[in-house]
Parts: sequence; C-alpha cells; structure tokens
Amino acid sequence: MSINRREFLKLAGTSTLIGLTGISAVEEILKGNAEASVLPSPAALTAKRWAMVIDINKIGTKEEYEKITQACHSIHNVPDIGNKKDEVKWIWQEDYEHSFPGISDEFVPDHIKHKPFLLLCNHCAKPPCVRVCPTKATFKRPDGIVVMDYHRCIGCRFCMAACPYGARSFNWRDPRPFVKETNPEFPTRTKGVVEKCTFCSERLAKGLKPACVEASNGALIFGDLEDPNSEVRKVLSTKYTLRRKPEIGTGPSVYYVIGGNEHAG
Amino acid sequence: MLDKALTGSKRYWTWIIILLGIIGAGVISYLRQFDYGLGVTGMSRDVSWGFYISQFTFLVGVAASAVMLVIPYYLHDYKKYGKIVILGEFLAIAAVTMCVLFIFVDLGQPMRVMNVILHPTPNSILFWDAMVLNGYLFINLIVGWVTLTSDRKGMPPPNWIKFFIYLSIPWAVSIHTVTAFLYAGLPGRHFWLTAVMAARFLASAFASGPALLILLCLIVRRVSKFDPGYEAIQSLGKTVTYAMFANVFLLGLEFFTAFYSQIPGHMHPFVYLYAGLEGHGKLVPLMWASSILAIVALIMLVNPNIRKKEGMLAFACVMVFISLWIDKGFGLVVGGFVPNMFERVTEYWPTLPETLITLGVWAIGFLILTVLYKIAIAIREQTASWPELH
Amino acid sequence: MYNGGKIIVGIAIFVGLFVFPIFYNMGKPSAMPEPKLDTPVINQLDEKRCVESADYMRANHMQLLDEWRDSVLRDGNFVYESSNGKKYVMSLQNTCMHCHSNKKEFCDSCHTYANVKPYCWSCHLESKEKAL
Repeated sequence: MSINRREFLKLAGTSTLIGLTGISAVEEILKGNAEASVLPSPAALTAKRWAMVIDINKIGTKEEYEKITQACHSIHNVPDIGNKKDEVKWIWQEDYEHSFPGISDEFVPDHIKHKPFLLLCNHCAKPPCVRVCPTKATFKRPDGIVVMDYHRCIGCRFCMAACPYGARSFNWRDPRPFVKETNPEFPTRTKGVVEKCTFCSERLAKGLKPACVEASNGALIFGDLEDPNSEVRKVLSTKYTLRRKPEIGTGPSVYYVIGGNEHAG
Repeated sequence: MLDKALTGSKRYWTWIIILLGIIGAGVISYLRQFDYGLGVTGMSRDVSWGFYISQFTFLVGVAASAVMLVIPYYLHDYKKYGKIVILGEFLAIAAVTMCVLFIFVDLGQPMRVMNVILHPTPNSILFWDAMVLNGYLFINLIVGWVTLTSDRKGMPPPNWIKFFIYLSIPWAVSIHTVTAFLYAGLPGRHFWLTAVMAARFLASAFASGPALLILLCLIVRRVSKFDPGYEAIQSLGKTVTYAMFANVFLLGLEFFTAFYSQIPGHMHPFVYLYAGLEGHGKLVPLMWASSILAIVALIMLVNPNIRKKEGMLAFACVMVFISLWIDKGFGLVVGGFVPNMFERVTEYWPTLPETLITLGVWAIGFLILTVLYKIAIAIREQTASWPELH
Repeated sequence: MYNGGKIIVGIAIFVGLFVFPIFYNMGKPSAMPEPKLDTPVINQLDEKRCVESADYMRANHMQLLDEWRDSVLRDGNFVYESSNGKKYVMSLQNTCMHCHSNKKEFCDSCHTYANVKPYCWSCHLESKEKAL
C-alpha cells in the first residue's frame, strides 16, 4: 500500500513537471515561430535623467497658465470632474506659500508671493511612491521618469500616502464621462487606479518634448540633468532655483526659477 | 467540530441573524461601491485613506494581542490562562480576517489583488504586511484547531504544535510592527514619521485586545456554563493597565516632540486633531473623548480596589476600547493626511455606504468569532468536569 | 434511510444546480463567430496580413498584446519588428485599432462567443473610424 502510494506520488509529480515544462516549451516554440523582436523608437528623445525647469516669470496671463494645463490634460484625457473630492490633475497651479511649505518666507516680492506656481510630479531620483508600491505598478525608468502601469495598479493608494508632493490622483469613479473631448490616440483611465504626470513618455518616444513644455513659450525647459550642455543645466547654472521639499531626500527633478526678470539673460 | 456551531439556543440564533442582517447591508453597499468606485466613500484626493485602512490598523492590534495570553501560558506556564488561551487565538483569527477584508474593500481594483503575489515586491511594506497577516492567520488556525481537538479528546496537544505556538509570539509582534512601518517610513507625513510608531502600536494593541478579551470572557460566562475564571480575567486586567499606561506615555512623547520643537509641520496634525486647524475641526470632539476616556479608564484600572470588581473592570475596558478605537481606528489615519502636502486642510468624514461596509466587515468578524467561540465553549463545557491536562 | 426525505431533496437541489448551466445555454445559437475584416484601412492593404500570420494572431494575440504592453510601458521599446521584418509601433489604440476599426464585428464577435471579457476597453478607446 505504502509503496503504491509512493509510486503514485512519484508518477503524479513527474507528470506535473512534464506538464509544466511542456507548456512552457510550447510557448517557446510559438515565440520562436514569430522570430520577432522589439526595438526602441528610432526618433525617441533620450536622456540619462530627464528634468524640468519652470520659470514662472515667463508666464504672464491667466490664459497662458490655462494653455499649459490644457495642453497636458487634453492630450492625456484627464477628466474634469468638477469637484475637489474626486479631482484628477496632472499639472496645476498653487501659490508660493503652499507650493513651498516650510521654506516660504513671509516677506518676499509680490511677484513671487502672488504668482501661481505650476506643480506636477517631480519624477524624484528616489521616489517614495515607487518604494511603497506592492505590485511595481509604479516604477522608475532608466531615464529617471516615474511612470504608472495602469494595468497592474490594484488601487491601494499607498503611493498617494507616500508622495510628499501630492502629485497623484485616484480615480474615485469612472473618469470617462468627464473627459470632454477624448484624444483618440491616448487611453483614458478606469475607476480604481492611480494616475499622474508621465513627463509625456509617449511623446518623447516620438521625438517630441512634453506637451506642457511645448505650450509654454519657453517658460518650461526640459532636458537631461546629467548632460552639462543641456538647456536645463545652462539655466540651473545661471539662475537661482528651488525645488520642493529637498530636505526629505527624494531628489525632485523639477526646478523653479526664483527671482524676477532682472536676472534674466 | 464545526457541527457544534449548528446547534444553539434561540438567543444564539437571534444573534447570528442580526449579524447576517448587518453583513447583508454591508454586502449590498459593497456591490454599490464595486460598481461605482471608491467615490462612494468620504475619501478624497487629499485624504486618500479613511475608515477602511484605519479599521485594518486597529484590528491588527487586536489580532496581535493574543500573544498576551500565549506568552504567560506557554512561556511562563501560567496555568490560569490554560482555559482561555484558545479565546485569544480565536479572537486573533476573527481580527486578522477582518484586517484582510478591510484591505480588500479598500482596493480600487479588487479583482487584481493577486498582483501582490504575481509581482512580489519586497521593497513594499504592504507586500510584507500581506505576507505576515496571512501567515498569522494560518498559524492561529493551526494552533487553535489542533489544541482544541486534542482538548476534546482529553489528550495533550502533539509536540510539533509547540513550534507553531512559539512561532506565533514573534509573529504577533511582527504583524503590528510591519503595519506600523506602513506609516512610519513615509517622508513628508510628519504625523506618521516617528520611530515610536511601532512601539505605540504594540502598546495600544496590548491594551485594546485584552480589554476586548475581558469583555468577551464576561459575556462567555454569562451565556454559557464555561467560566473563564476570575483570576484569569484579573490578570488580563493588569495587562490592560500596564499597556494602556505605556500607550498614553508614548502618545505623550509624540506631543512633547511636536510642541517643544515647535516645528510647524510636526505640530499641525496634532493641532488639527485636538483643536482644529484653519476653522476645521471635525475630529476634535472625538479626540478629546478619546483622551478623557483614556484618563478615566486609567484612574479606574490603576486602583486595585476598583479593578477587582468585575463590573467596574468591564466598564473601564469598554472605555479603553473606545478610546483606542477613536485614537487608532480613526484619528491616526486622518491625522496623517490633514493638513495635506500643501499645508492645506481637507477634512474627511465617512459616508453612509462606507459606514455600512465597515459595519458589515465587523459583523463578519463577529460572526466568525461567534462560531469559533461557540465551538470552543461547547468543548470547554464538555471537558469542564475533566481533570486538568497540563 | 435515516433522514431519507431530506437527503433526497438535498441531492435533487444539488443536481439541479449542477446541470443548470447546461439547460440554461440549451437552444441558444452557438454559430461559430466570423470576425469581419471589412474595414476601410484593411481593404486598402495590398497584402492582408496582420503583424503576424492570422493563425498566430488567432492563437496568441493576447500574449502578444501582453508583451507589447510590458515592452512599451515598462521597457520603453515602442517598435515591434515582426517575423517577416516589418516594423510596427506597438499600440493597441493606434496600430491594432487603426486597421481593426470595427471592434464590434471583429473583437467582440469572438469574445462574446467565448464569453471572455477583456478589460482593455475600460481604458483604451475604440477607433472613432467605426462611424465610417
């Protein structure tokens, strides 16, 4: 009896193994059949670490701010739900005091104090959101961009608790009815997943700069932080800039030019 | 043994039907949430965790508290706990089940929950929390079932179970430590970024869990012929007292650091919770209620003459439990999100569907607890006349 | 039989539930689906070939899409070089649906038949050209 059982277990084990490897062998054959390969896009813009410099002095009117936000939100099918509770946003405006809590001074020139800053995901060098995600649904690409895999997100919102910049939005409800005009080239999101700015990774692949940069008339500068000759590095070496909450060590990649036009040039 | 849960008095079945009714309301609300999304709750972009996660956090503590019976009984051979250690283990099973359910109902994409296993991510504390919670559930199921089965047969439990019993001790500490690490490692959330978080969690757990257990023991004595024993209950009362003092002490440390340092970011969540910030103060009455209940309960508990009266002890335990539930099952999570990352205030309050789902999960927990306790009690009543086993 | 009546009723309920799906689906049309390739873009193609052979696609399109997704989103590789050397941008919305602009007659016809409900479309948009 005991031998019989042992034999049976052996047999069962072996056949399971064969079954498992058999399946993967079939998969291999199918793959081999296709003889396909994947390549990066030849036109893609590449960098070691993408970064952005925002010079709000170069953004004049309310319309110009709107244009930048709209450029992003319209191509990415970001819904306008119209209430603060369910709000989804990738790039938005916030005043100086609340953009830089802890380091904002009371006595600063009016053009800084009352001018809206543009806030978006900082694409941190050490992103806490990536550290906490239990499924690798949010992760950092080799070029420094922190992106979301909406297919994998389980909607636990740990990343929202972890993000020190309030850059992440959750789809508390189906966003589709709130996307006025959908861009047919880009997906929407579904209820129950987290989303945020992607530094327009889909545009970079086509050789285009981020939509907000394109719409900003030079107020937003985008480039490789690790290339000393890049435009962002040139601005950073000539103008005084701030980053949001640098003291917590996340290494944000979005810089804000502080100071007026007197420094320009 | 499950058959023992199928026979009971009218009172037993009434209680089961009440629980099933609450569960039904919860399930209907959950279906609504499943269809519409988490927008049915009071959570928002700014307060992105709410009731569900705070209940989860609170109940991890209740689950971990079984160790307060296991250590004295198995490590120090404190015989008085022999009869009730099973009640602690079964409470842990019910509490961990609720924890898992609360995480589940909090997910925006519940159908993808297996992604946590399919794409294991060791750098995520949530991944570890899922591991230790399921492990703890498994350990307590094994230990509870095996020891109870042996008891029924009038035999000492098999030796191999000792391994799981000893394992359950560090494991209980781990579940609450890991749960504290969910919060205590996030840069930018001043209220949570504190090294004493895990210690405070354990202290509050060892007060709230045994407090509930005392109440459960008193109920068990009233509804059955099984007496958990006066001395066992008194010993648990001492545990509650010490742990509650430790908890209040650790909370005091938080206050000191925040207000003596005068760092605005550290003070603001406390100001919001206890005094209101920028005209917003929805949680202020609750937090003060929690503080007052804690102080009154401690005054009662620390006085042996009061503590020794079971009625008064029960009263104090109710206060401890409510106080800690407010503190950890509500304030802790909300305080981390208010003010938000821009130092602005967005308040949170649970909605009706959210409350019904929460009650539904609690009812599922109590249903499991009732069934498990029914079995344990039936066996205890059977063996009450038998001589001591150990 | 002890408690015979109850047992027989129990068995009857069990059998009833067990065979319910068979009776439920009985008499429903189960004609083989024929996914339609009749779209303006496909009609203009010289060689009517998908990114891989039709056989391969029929059997493996889901794995292919799975790989495409991970490749684009996670590895940043946007271009697919097919086994016949042709290159395509890997995009469900912009490549697949560009040709297969008839989601209802193409995708849904099989998916409905097989009762699979891929959640692609809760995010990805159907082609607008379906109106044509």
